[in-house]
Formats: sequence, C-alpha cells, structure tokens
Amino acid sequence: MPRLHSGVATPSIRASPSEARAPPAPRSRLPGAPIERLRNRQPLLYDAGVCVLQPNFLLEAEAPLGAGLGGDSRLWGRRRRPGQGGQLRHRARPHPGRVVGPPEGCGGTMASDGARRQFWKRSSHRLPGSIQHVYGAQHPPFDPLIHGTLIKTVPKTPTTPVKPKKVSTFQEFESNTSDAWDVGEDEDELLAMAAESLNTEVVMETANQVIQNHSRRQEQHRVPQEHVCGDGERAEPFSDLPLVTGTDSRLVKSVSESHTSHSADRWCKDKCLRLTGGAAWVSERGKRLPHGQPFKILSDTTPLQRSQSLPYASTVPLGYGADDKNALGPPALSEREVYRLEKFRQLLAGPNTDLEELRKLSWSGIPKQVRPITWKLLSGYLPANVDRRESTLRRKQKEYFAFIDQYYDSRNDEAHQDTYRQIHIDIPRMSPETLILQPKVTEIFERILFIWAIRHPASGYVQGINDLVTPFFVVFICEHIEEEVENVDVSCVPAEVLRNIEADSYWCLSKLLDGIQDNYTFAQPGIQMKVRLLEELVGRIDEQVHRHLDQHEVKYLQFAFRWMNNLLMREMPLRCTVRLWDTYQAFDVTHSQWPSGPCCSSWSPRGRTNACLMEWP
Amino acid sequence: MGNGAEEDYNFVFKVVLIGESGVGKTNLLSRFTRNEFNHDSRTTIGVEFSTRTVLLGTAAVKAQIWDTAGLERYRAITSAYYRGAVGALLVFDLTKHQTYTVVERWLKELYDHAEATIVVMLVGNKSDLNHAREVPTDEARMFAENNGLLFIETSALDSTNVELAFETVLKEIFTKVSKQRQNNTRANAVTLGSAQPGQEQGSEEKKACCISL
Repeated sequence: MPRLHSGVATPSIRASPSEARAPPAPRSRLPGAPIERLRNRQPLLYDAGVCVLQPNFLLEAEAPLGAGLGGDSRLWGRRRRPGQGGQLRHRARPHPGRVVGPPEGCGGTMASDGARRQFWKRSSHRLPGSIQHVYGAQHPPFDPLIHGTLIKTVPKTPTTPVKPKKVSTFQEFESNTSDAWDVGEDEDELLAMAAESLNTEVVMETANQVIQNHSRRQEQHRVPQEHVCGDGERAEPFSDLPLVTGTDSRLVKSVSESHTSHSADRWCKDKCLRLTGGAAWVSERGKRLPHGQPFKILSDTTPLQRSQSLPYASTVPLGYGADDKNALGPPALSEREVYRLEKFRQLLAGPNTDLEELRKLSWSGIPKQVRPITWKLLSGYLPANVDRRESTLRRKQKEYFAFIDQYYDSRNDEAHQDTYRQIHIDIPRMSPETLILQPKVTEIFERILFIWAIRHPASGYVQGINDLVTPFFVVFICEHIEEEVENVDVSCVPAEVLRNIEADSYWCLSKLLDGIQDNYTFAQPGIQMKVRLLEELVGRIDEQVHRHLDQHEVKYLQFAFRWMNNLLMREMPLRCTVRLWDTYQAFDVTHSQWPSGPCCSSWSPRGRTNACLMEWP
Repeated sequence: MGNGAEEDYNFVFKVVLIGESGVGKTNLLSRFTRNEFNHDSRTTIGVEFSTRTVLLGTAAVKAQIWDTAGLERYRAITSAYYRGAVGALLVFDLTKHQTYTVVERWLKELYDHAEATIVVMLVGNKSDLNHAREVPTDEARMFAENNGLLFIETSALDSTNVELAFETVLKEIFTKVSKQRQNNTRANAVTLGSAQPGQEQGSEEKKACCISL
C-alpha cells in the first residue's frame, strides 16, 4: 500500500503515548487497544499479501516507529521492498532497539498465543537507548565487511533465531520473518545488530586497552620524576584545582588549560562524568599509575586530566603505524588493513582516481602508507588525473617558492611587523616541541604562516592557525623518515625534500583554511556559529546536560571556543588529530557542522562508541 | 557545583588577566593557583580560568581568575569575559617595551567593558630577566600612580611577588566589598557590578563559582 511503501511515517496515526503504554496482553509489546481489535480481524485481509491499511493497524505498525529514536525511522525507510509481492508488507517497525517481527496479534491469522509468542522470540529484550548506530553518522554506511570482523570479536548478545525458510501453512508463513529480515541482506540490520552487540562493557574494554597502550608507551619514554602528591589523597572541593598526581611538569601544566574545555564537565554531576569522561575513563578510578602512585579521583575532571595530558606529552610517540594495529586487539584488523591498503592503492593507481570512492574509503581512516598522497588528493591540491599530478605538483611548489621571494622579506616592514612578531612568539610554543623547535622547522612554519597571513588579509594570522599546519607537515615528512616524528632530526632530510614538504603543507593549509576562514575573520563568526550549533545539538541529544549548564550560567563559548578554533587539536594527541583529519577530509571541508558534530558525538553515550572507534585507530 | 558542601569560602572574586600576547599571563596564573611554571606553555586560546582560595583576615576568599588570549583578534569574543570582574591584572613584559606602550589601550578596553569600581593592578612581569629590561621601574610606577592603578613587578618564573600581586588585589577588593557589606546584612558571596545594572551590590550566592557573564 502506498503509505507503507513510501517509507514515511505518518505522525497523525501514531499511537498516543497512553495507548502505547497500555498493552492489553501480558506479552504484548505494542499499544493495547489496536491489538485487541486486530485479533478479531478477518483472515481475508491478509490473503492479498498486502498490508492492511487500517488506521488501527497502521497505528500499531508505526507506533514503535514514532517512539523517539531517530534510528528507527531510518530503518523504516530502508526496509521497504516494493517489488516483492506475496509477502506481508505490513511489517511492524520495531520498538526502539528491537529487531522487528510482525506485530503481535496480527490479524485473525494468529490462531494461537503460541504462534504469537513465536513472533517475539526473534526480538530479544532490548532497552531503549541502547547504543544505536546513528544513520548517517558515518560515510559510507556501516560496512558489514569491515565491521563484521569487529562483531565477531565481541561477545554476542543473544540474537534472534533464524526461522526456517520453508513454510507450509499460512500461519507458518506469517511466523517466518527471515525472508524479510535476512541477516546479511540489509546493511542496516547488521548495523543495528552490531551496534547492539557493542555493549558498554565492550566499549569500555576497548577504551581501556587503548589507555593501557598509551600508558605503556608513555612509560617507556618517561623519566621518573619527583612530583608533589601532597593533597592528592584528600577530597578537594570542586572549586579548587585538584592536584594531579604522578605526572611530570609538562603533563601537569596541561591541567589548567584543561579547565576551560572541561569547566562545563566539572559543573555537571555524575551524569556528565558518564557522558564526557565516563565510558572510557571510569575504570580509571582508583587505578594505580604505572609507577605506583595512586591516582586519586578528586573531581570529575581528574580522569579527564589524564586524557588532557596526552596532547602535551611529547613522549607519546606518533606511531600511527604498526602499533595502532594493537589498539583494538584482534588480528583481524591487520587483515583488514591489508585489504584496505590494497583498495586505496587500486584507487590511487587508476588513470583517474575516483575521488568520491576515495572519500568513502577515507572515512574509516587512511593507511599510513598512502596518507600523504590521499590527503593531497582529498584537499584538492592534487588532481584526480594521475598523469597531471606530477606537473601540478611542480607548478604549485614553484608558485610557493615564488611567494617566499615575494613576501617573506617584508616581514620586517612596519606594516607586517606585528604579524611576524606574533607568529614568531607563537611557534616556540607549539607542539611537538622536539620537532618544531628545530631551527629549520621553526623557519618553515614561520614562512608558511607569514605568507598565508599576508595573502589573506581578511583574517591575517590568528593564534590557532599555527596548529593547523602541524598535521600536514607531520604527515608529509613521515613519508621520508623512519623514526617517530618527535625524534627525527630534520637535517637528515634532504633540503629539496624539505622545501617540497613546505610547499605542500602551505597549499594544503590554504585549502583547509579556505573553507573555514570565517573562523578567523573579525569577531570570528564561523566559530560563533559552530558553537551555537553545538549548543543546539547538545540541547537535542541531552537536554539534562544542557539545562544543567544553563542553570549554572555556563556559556558554551567559554569551553567550546578552543575546540572550534583549533579544530579539536588541543584536546587530543596529534596522532588522533591525524586520524580525525582522515575523516574530516573525506567530506566537504566547508561542512558547516564541523566540528560541532564530533564535539557533540563525544558527549553522548551513543556517540561515544563512534568516537572511540574513530579516534583511537 | 555550588551546593552547600563546597562552600568553604565566603566570597568569590572574579579577577581577569589582561595584556599583550606572550607577556606571561598564563604562567602568572599557574604560578599563583598551582605554584607551577612552564617554559613551553602553549598559547592561550579563548578563555581559561583557574581558582584559588585565600584567607583574608577571617574571610575565605575564592579568587576566580580568568585568563585569555592577548591577541587582538579574540577581543570581540572575549570582551564578554570582563563582565562581573571585580579585579584586573594588566600585565606587560618588562623586557619588551612594546608590550608596555599598549597598556593604555588595554586600560581603555578594560574600562569600556568592566565596572568603574574595578581594582586594577599594573604588573611588570619577567623581572628575572633584569639584564634585558626595557621598561624602567620608575616609569611604570609613575604611570600607575597617575592612573590610579596598583603597581608591582613580578616573575612567574622564580615566583617573585606573584603571591603578593594577587593578594594585594584581592585585599583591595575585599576592602571595597567590606565597606559595602556594612550597608548590607547578608553575608553572601558578592560581586561588584553584577549583571544588574545600576546596582553595585551583588546578588546572593546562588551558584557558587559560576559568575554570570
């Protein structure tokens, strides 16, 4: 029937809340009154194999759909199979989190309670609000080939039994739902299943593994230091800064800087801890640091301080290579990596790289080996046509070298002094220091930023833009070095190569900033807009948090400003930024919601799964 | 926050740190609130804050100190952060004369956005680099006197005068507040120049450490 095939839920016939909550029969999970009526319905209506376009029935069918989780409405749209005649088309939409089965008491053909119960065997208990994959949260959509391996490694929650395909009676036919709900045919089915399989325990376990990897690596590099633990044992009031235990000065320094971005977290109660610190860090409570210092949780921010420390610890190796394979444990990933690398290579090799395909692939991360070229392609710096790449590269690099001649000397001119001075004092305060404080690198960064600023007077140089050069530079230079980027001595890199890296970084930075320049023009309207967007998003996905912030007169601009200004770079380790930028470049850089979306996804319990998977490759 | 259990202070004073980029505001903050200094601290983006409770006489005063980027571009965003401030530390780098010459501009901005009763202290930072000094002490002190500002020279690096600077400001604020309190029987946390215009007395403390902007 038209309505059902259109895949559009009609609110007007949605069950009223009271109806939805009053099931007539003990095992019924659908609004009560309509079911009662349907039990007496004539079998005739189902012989046609079409849906019963009765308001009550549709009420029933669509009530679960209307039940609040956006994830279900998109399932509705996906599940329709218009061409398949002879099948019951009136599949009811599932309750939130439920695998669907035909509605209980579906017409008079449901001869017995037994058959009815059979329907619902398929749908195991799922609570609303379980971790659901949000449609459109990733692009391409959930790929069973990739995430299928992930599913295998996690403990399965009881899934619905598959019914036998052959049916003899109509009742049996009705009870057989496997034709419509075949696992493997529908990506969204897998998506829902996988999301539900990724329960909180698994997520936390995964996150813990990542934490442990990080601490292990940090421990390898860290020199044990004296530190003040002092008051670490007693509970400090929220208002005072808790003393961070067991960190070196570099890490400790980050605490005050963490205050702004987490000031909102501090003001939120436990719920906020769960949201912002929770799944990944809760197990940190009471956990001992590697060298035996008790890590006392003094406030809600303390677990977060640990994460905050990472961006500033230059000891965190930028090893986004072999080590990362262990981040999620299972060996299946390395197979996956090989598979993905091959796919990338094929795309990149073709006479004309399909950029759309490349974007889709890049969403889930780019293998280290092909990241430099992929970034250059996705940013629009290099053309899709393989033959033209070399010449374009040469031309753009030459153009940049000409800029140096044209502009760089003017840095001592009175008109440009302020700009240059600001850049000059900002670069030494960048990270990773071991790389950027090398004179050659410092000069490179200064040149890139100065030339860009002069050529873009609408904004000029703004603090934060300097951070945006780093991922490009680091990714491009990694192509030419063996060791970790913090440990590299760039004098080992040939001067010609360095020059080209500089030019490539300039142009990629330029492309990036082209899309977000209003972040940096006067009054920074782009940032204000994004922060407003974040506020709206949070208000929608977690009203409680939003209200709490509002009650305490916490303005989003106060804590989210830096997120937007630096594209989250100050909030996570560089290697995570690099990974994040794989996805970022996979879609339109002028996407107005960036990074409000990712900021938001790391707030919600649902989004945490995605955030975990995405940010910790 | 702001529930009864955490009220171990009588007052919350919002103090802002202003001045050119790179003069040492962030390290002054960390030195005062956590007794830390970092050579490689990063540029401040947006607004950050830190707190510390001090005892002034018998009153426990929580200093809520706001630190912001010095770059002019951010002023349009961060101008809101002056609201409700009862004290300000206007910082310059005494080894860079340029950061001192713009002090007047910062003062103007301060008075444009903050209450007229705000307590202001001029701070010449980096006194440990005396050999590289470009701003004579007397000159700066004279400027401060002429403009009704407190004055001090500090070093966040070696801690010289950092405590003194903040405590002087807080004491000054406290004195002003006490005078007003004599007219008010309520002994709650107040902010001079609260969100209510035309009213010098702050409202009662509903939310302990979140001052409305």
